[in-house]
Amino acid sequence: MSDPLLLIGLLAVPLAGAVLAAALRGRAGLVAATAVSALTLLLAVPLGFDRAPAAAGRGVHPWHQADLPWVPALHLRLQLGVDGISYPLVVLTALLTLLCCGFLLWQRPERAHLLAALLLVIEVGILGTFLALNLVLFFLAFEVVLLPMAAVIAGWGGPARRAAALKFALYTLAGSVLLLVGVVAVVVQTNTADLVSLTAQPTLGRTAQLWIFGLFALAFAVKSPLWPLHTWLPDAHTEAPTVGSVILAGVLLKMGTYGLIRVGLGVTPQGAAHFALVLGALAVTAILVGSLVCLRQTELKRLIAYSSVGHMGFVLLGIAAGAAGSAIGVQAALIGNIAHGVLTGLLFFLAGAIKDRTHTGLLGDLGGLRERQPWLAGILGLAALGSLGLPGLAGFWGEAFAVVAAVRLGGTGWLVLAVLAAIGGALTAAYLLRLLRRVSHGPAAPALAGAAEARVPELVAWAPLVLLALLIGVLPGLVLTASAGAVDALTAGVAP
Amino acid sequence: MTELLVLAPLLCGLVGLLVPMRNRPVAAALGIAGAAASLIAVVALLARGTTGEQARTWVGFGDLSVTLTSLLDTRALLVALAVAVVALCVQVYSNGYLHGDERYGPYAAQISIFTAAMLTVVCSGDLILLLVGWEVMGACSYLLIAHDRTLPEAPRAAVKAFLVTRVGDVGFLLGIALLGVHAGSFQLTKVLAAVPTMGTGTVTAAALLLLAGVFGKSAQFPLHTWLPDAMAGPTPISALIHAATMVAAGVYVVARLYPVFEAAPTARIVLGASAAITLLLGALAATAADDLKRVLAWSTVSQLGYMMAALSVGAIDAALFHLLAHAAFKALLFLGAGSVIHAVGSNLMSRMGALRRPMPWTFWTMTIGLGSLAGLPPLVGFFSKEAVVGSLHEQPALWTVALVGVALTAWYATRAWLRVFFGRGSEHTAHAHESSWWLRGPLVLLAIPSAGLGVGVLLTTSGLIHLDVAVLLPLVLAVLGVLAAWWGWRRADQGDPARVLGGVGPFLASGLGLDAVQDALVVRPVRALARAVTAIDTAGVDGAVNGLGRATVSAGGEVVAWHRAPLPRALAAVLLGAVVVTVTAVMFG
Repeated sequence: MSDPLLLIGLLAVPLAGAVLAAALRGRAGLVAATAVSALTLLLAVPLGFDRAPAAAGRGVHPWHQADLPWVPALHLRLQLGVDGISYPLVVLTALLTLLCCGFLLWQRPERAHLLAALLLVIEVGILGTFLALNLVLFFLAFEVVLLPMAAVIAGWGGPARRAAALKFALYTLAGSVLLLVGVVAVVVQTNTADLVSLTAQPTLGRTAQLWIFGLFALAFAVKSPLWPLHTWLPDAHTEAPTVGSVILAGVLLKMGTYGLIRVGLGVTPQGAAHFALVLGALAVTAILVGSLVCLRQTELKRLIAYSSVGHMGFVLLGIAAGAAGSAIGVQAALIGNIAHGVLTGLLFFLAGAIKDRTHTGLLGDLGGLRERQPWLAGILGLAALGSLGLPGLAGFWGEAFAVVAAVRLGGTGWLVLAVLAAIGGALTAAYLLRLLRRVSHGPAAPALAGAAEARVPELVAWAPLVLLALLIGVLPGLVLTASAGAVDALTAGVAP
Repeated sequence: MTELLVLAPLLCGLVGLLVPMRNRPVAAALGIAGAAASLIAVVALLARGTTGEQARTWVGFGDLSVTLTSLLDTRALLVALAVAVVALCVQVYSNGYLHGDERYGPYAAQISIFTAAMLTVVCSGDLILLLVGWEVMGACSYLLIAHDRTLPEAPRAAVKAFLVTRVGDVGFLLGIALLGVHAGSFQLTKVLAAVPTMGTGTVTAAALLLLAGVFGKSAQFPLHTWLPDAMAGPTPISALIHAATMVAAGVYVVARLYPVFEAAPTARIVLGASAAITLLLGALAATAADDLKRVLAWSTVSQLGYMMAALSVGAIDAALFHLLAHAAFKALLFLGAGSVIHAVGSNLMSRMGALRRPMPWTFWTMTIGLGSLAGLPPLVGFFSKEAVVGSLHEQPALWTVALVGVALTAWYATRAWLRVFFGRGSEHTAHAHESSWWLRGPLVLLAIPSAGLGVGVLLTTSGLIHLDVAVLLPLVLAVLGVLAAWWGWRRADQGDPARVLGGVGPFLASGLGLDAVQDALVVRPVRALARAVTAIDTAGVDGAVNGLGRATVSAGGEVVAWHRAPLPRALAAVLLGAVVVTVTAVMFG
């Protein structure tokens, strides 16, 4: 298959699948959705097989490209491409969607076919965001995700789902407005929306870059989320159904960090460099605040949700270091992104499984999981250990090397940030161990007394994530070898 | 062969985690096979005299690359040998000790992973790879300490062990990052070669940061508080943690990275001061504790102080000699204590006594272990402690502390010996008998180096041991300690010699109240901070967002209300508008 067809197919297939799932209804719709998401994964993986050799110089050097006109007046072209920065995220998105659809096929909630259709629409938006090489297209794809996600929360969520969905929609919409202003400003000033050329030779003046990056940073900070723009996240995660939380934490947040790297660092490098330390300071605040708040949480899903604030703080610290010119920082952010997607996705699956069994997420009502449900407890232990950054599992590389990147940059500011981030690492361990102690250890709680052990379909859904957590931990090159060239091309200085 | 050394137990452990719970023979076979394979590999490496570096790129971050490097020298191989022997003994012993435990499978697998992690630390020639082993070991210790479901304090102790060491690891990671960044590589040989080119400030900062991690792992003051509590783990785990792994890792890493500390005198002073405090603190706490395992745990804290003291003056070989000696006799003592506890059904020495006759194997092997701990010739502890004390001559303060420690060690070792094996038994000891050969075999095996290693080293004339007049002083002090304990025992009518300490005893046994200090200085402030931050985040940050939402809604309501204005107000507005328009027209028209 030629490149353009493959790339466009990657968006068209899940879109068609969404329509099919909604039309077929019932079990047939679910089966169709699962089959389509599997096909999407099959289309996504081969993108990484023949990688174009990394070209020298600054810019985006996609391995595969598609470029078709769409709305010329708006500078909107169907310009798609994949490189080392986007490829791991594309595969992760396709994988998580497949796991979620498969999980729905087993769990069968009410109107499951609609939920699966919405998940596929969300997948289209997320994949579009990661693949877009046109700024206007990027914005469109970024927006596509918003309403289906709000619908997933509002339609299948917990008791306070409507408020949470509304907050999510309004908050992220506010961010999108800023993004729109930024995109329009770039397009008007440079008369192009082509990310490849915009990145290779940023023609924006320094002042323009400063305020446009400011807009981008705010918009992406809402999505990532970066402290203090994070408060939509705990509500949304807590109320969302399991599959919603998995997609939300697993890949939706990554649109923010990916946007910062691709658009922020790519189009406005000088603006990024100017605000790097501020961004780093906010990221470290997020790490510390996120972990401290987690120490006080009493609800399982809320705790995991807040832990995302802390973990994404490490990713953002890496990006901040990258904004200051550190390739180590960007690579740490990329692998941190993937690791968080895998581990937090797994944690939300597990939290969902526990809540489905006990109908409570209160830590005080849980306990003794390892007594009767050793598999469930074992996988929870692995996910928690991975999440606290245990070396040998995926979470380690992003956190440790965000710190290394800050140390490498040197200077008082970055060194202080490195020290604080490392302390945040210890706090992360504190709350995750507290979680394990409350849920896994101690005598078996009455709520868990009659609960079932992990079932085979659940284990099938979790196994890929467990394997990935181990594989990326042992072979970080899986993510980083692919991205090394692209990151160097992004952090390289602007040609005079 | 180096790969086999680490990978054999690692793979056995990973496979073991997947073995169904009920399949006990397979779990035991995997555990023992992993440790045995390591032992064979290390013996083969020693026999061939394999040393040197093997590097392979692991992953690159920007221009920094992380390598899978093994760096072997004689020290590394000897420590690896100790690790493999102790791990094998613990695996064999556990099979008997956890006879009725249905969660034996994951337990044995976790020991295998633990062993692999420690061997990674020992053999690694790359700082990041070392960090991997270092942290995985911490995680495994957490899992293993929390193993016993019948002990309510076990999960708490496990969390404490992980967290306290993790706090130290904040420094360890930063220290590694600092060294790696300044050397441009994490490879040990390159980092050590680059140390002379780094500024004094950088090296000192890196050394101090590394020490934080070392203090955590090796239970040095002020990060020692986790070790006595870790006794909540099954006794074989205590043997593993206290002897050749975990706590030994800190000592070993300082020895391995010694050029960094050599270039940082300040760090060595800190190391020496902490070692002196730890040495005395551990010994004092051990003098009065009633729990047999706690006595041994505090004695580990104290003996680690000896090793660190030797390192602080640059006596690396003396420190490692004591590390190996301690690995042998402390593993022996813990496994022996396990045997006793197995028979008596309690950890408390007040419930033991007169076990000499019913448990002759345990008695004789533990006598060797306790004699070695007390530093009595010709057991290995005498020689290794002598090597350490001898190296401290130049530092009068450290030397004095070490001598005081010798007397205290002899006191508590004798006290434990008398209270467990002599005197009158209790109703708990009435049916005590020797355990199966699964338990006895490792005791006998470990008794051999605990007794003979010192003489062995003496015969190899490695220059580590100097037998001269200076030996007499520690020896006299040790004998005094033994006699004092015996005197106290007789005075208390074959009871607890610690009674002579009066009211000070319980205070000493509680670890000088330092747990409370840690609680007040660290735990409580962090909790309070968490409370405050949560309040700010909920009421402040999120409150602002929600407030904005509410304000928008109510502003909308106001506007709507205005639009539904009653007639008089609407009329007034129209009139006002007309006036404004007219005035504007008149003025600007």
